[in-house]
Amino acid sequence: MNAPPSAKDQVARLLTLVPYLHAHGEVRVDDAARALGVDPDQLFRDLKVLFMCGLPGGYPDDLIDVDIDALEGPDGVRTDGVIRVSNADYLARPLRLNPTEASAVIVALRALRNGAKDDTREVVDRALAKLEAAAAEGGALSGAAQIDPGADADTDLALLARRLQGAADRGRHVRLSYYVPSRDEQSDRLVDPRGVVTADGHLYLDAWCHSAEAPRLFRLDRIDRAEVLDEPVETPQEGPRDLGDGIFSQSTDVTPVTLLLEPEARWVTEYYPMEEIREVGQDRIEVVLLVADERWLTRLLLRLAPHATVVSPVGYADTFQAAAQRALSLYG
Amino acid sequence: MTAGKSERLLNLLIMLLVQRHYVPKDRIREILYADSSPDAFEKMFERDKDELRSLGVPIEVGQMDAFFDDEPGYRIRPDEFALPDINLTADEAAVIGLATKVWQHARLAEATTEAVRKLTALGVDVDLTALDIVEPRLSADEPSFDVFWEATQDRSPVTFDYVRSGETEVRTRHLEPWGVARYSGRWYVVGFDTDRQAERIFRLSRVQGKAVKEGPAGAYEIPPGTDVGQVARRLAPEPSTERVVLLVRKGAGHTLRRGADHLEEGVPGPDTESTWDRLVLERGSMGLADEVLGYGADVYVEEPALLRERVVRRLRTALAREESA
Repeated sequence: MNAPPSAKDQVARLLTLVPYLHAHGEVRVDDAARALGVDPDQLFRDLKVLFMCGLPGGYPDDLIDVDIDALEGPDGVRTDGVIRVSNADYLARPLRLNPTEASAVIVALRALRNGAKDDTREVVDRALAKLEAAAAEGGALSGAAQIDPGADADTDLALLARRLQGAADRGRHVRLSYYVPSRDEQSDRLVDPRGVVTADGHLYLDAWCHSAEAPRLFRLDRIDRAEVLDEPVETPQEGPRDLGDGIFSQSTDVTPVTLLLEPEARWVTEYYPMEEIREVGQDRIEVVLLVADERWLTRLLLRLAPHATVVSPVGYADTFQAAAQRALSLYG
Repeated sequence: MTAGKSERLLNLLIMLLVQRHYVPKDRIREILYADSSPDAFEKMFERDKDELRSLGVPIEVGQMDAFFDDEPGYRIRPDEFALPDINLTADEAAVIGLATKVWQHARLAEATTEAVRKLTALGVDVDLTALDIVEPRLSADEPSFDVFWEATQDRSPVTFDYVRSGETEVRTRHLEPWGVARYSGRWYVVGFDTDRQAERIFRLSRVQGKAVKEGPAGAYEIPPGTDVGQVARRLAPEPSTERVVLLVRKGAGHTLRRGADHLEEGVPGPDTESTWDRLVLERGSMGLADEVLGYGADVYVEEPALLRERVVRRLRTALAREESA
């Protein structure tokens, strides 16, 4: 998709553009460009290729008739210009879906079906049946059958993300009921939402938190309730932060902690970003991770007990030991 | 010269599409490659055919004439080339439009969008704003996802390094993938393990490094009637549930409280620093000891005894190690 412009890609676009124009008659440039996801200037260049294409006879009548005379304005393509293509009946229909396209759209619809309510599900079923039939005729169906998107696509989170993004767009306060796992705490906060962002496979709300008086990230799957209020936000409107470098680089006050992990605890390297991972023999590894909140680390170590130990700093080992001692004392 | 080459590719396609019979190679050369030397023609023609085929254009090769079988000819059958008619109602078109927003995976999102554009070109009006239902998000961040997706599509065996849950040893595995399935929010590949000679399931996030397709496409058959999702549900570790009774300190253990079937407030607890609540949950024992341990002195296990013993033993071992360290 990032490849340099190629003739192959141009032909692919034309094989969709020509039937599109055939089906729709006269079409405005911007409408066609939007429907096919092509830049108007590119669409114009693509159309020009058609001037020299047609039946192999070589007579003027054999060529595809492209009506784009009125398109070139002084500042490039006039997007309100109208285009029309004729004498290309043999390209009246688009190319078949290739196997990847057929599988991708069918699997996406199945995911949609699994997350839909009854009345919508019935619509999705009808659409799926028609697409599957069309794909089967082209021999592309067998592939889609091998992919199962599961029944648990994250519909609720998507809905929440949309509501919160809407609140950010309209500049409205949001009241959150939020779970903080490191402190095992349910908290109520008033926030000024900036936007919903994705990092490390999770959705986050980036917002100014009035309780913390600082910007904070809230993981959407830990938000219990979100109420969009009518009051407009007071902090200056800012877009969400760019989390391209990962969220853990956001926090400035972090301590590198070295842990020794036995095989049973090795899974944490899949879940948390590690600064370093070293094999130290006997299937054990030493890892370095950045810790912003000691309570989070203590809870992690308790969870992993006895398969993780703190190598450094020593103070963290003491805290963990005290917490483990307290927990054990419950059992007398 | 992109435009010149585009013209040639499109003219070649049209020429082969509109003829009812195979078009002889020398006629193709005469009309579309007249300026090229014989060698250059051979090279360009091969490449042009390959490029069209890679777009999905079905170019057939056949013999022109039964009497002169050294003369190959080419054609494209219109019924194999074109998308068949799909008559979609407005609401069907709208859910198909919505499908373009489901994939959180660049290549499949683009493929879905391209499929919808082709439908649009068929005259279907896909209105993306008509329906107000929320699309699920389907992500596939596992680096090996693409390889296994492709392998299941063209039936190529895959070789990969894998670490089983709770182990550290990396083993090289050989699999004939039947399919890819998402279960409990994770992607799995199921198939026939040729080393173990049995069906197996692998979690994609535990695949180490690069998975490699090996061997030709169509190298094996998927057993007829295989329901990939069903196989995944059968083989994926399914925790059995049991009755668990916990004492939880007031104001703590929120995640446990959310999953509780029954809550009794203000019961006597293991200490008097705070009041305690009793939670009854129907839970799989998998990972429950980890979760309880994570709450430290805020959660106490009443039942089952096995869980309580495990928690106590793990705390004792941890403390013994800290002291010896």
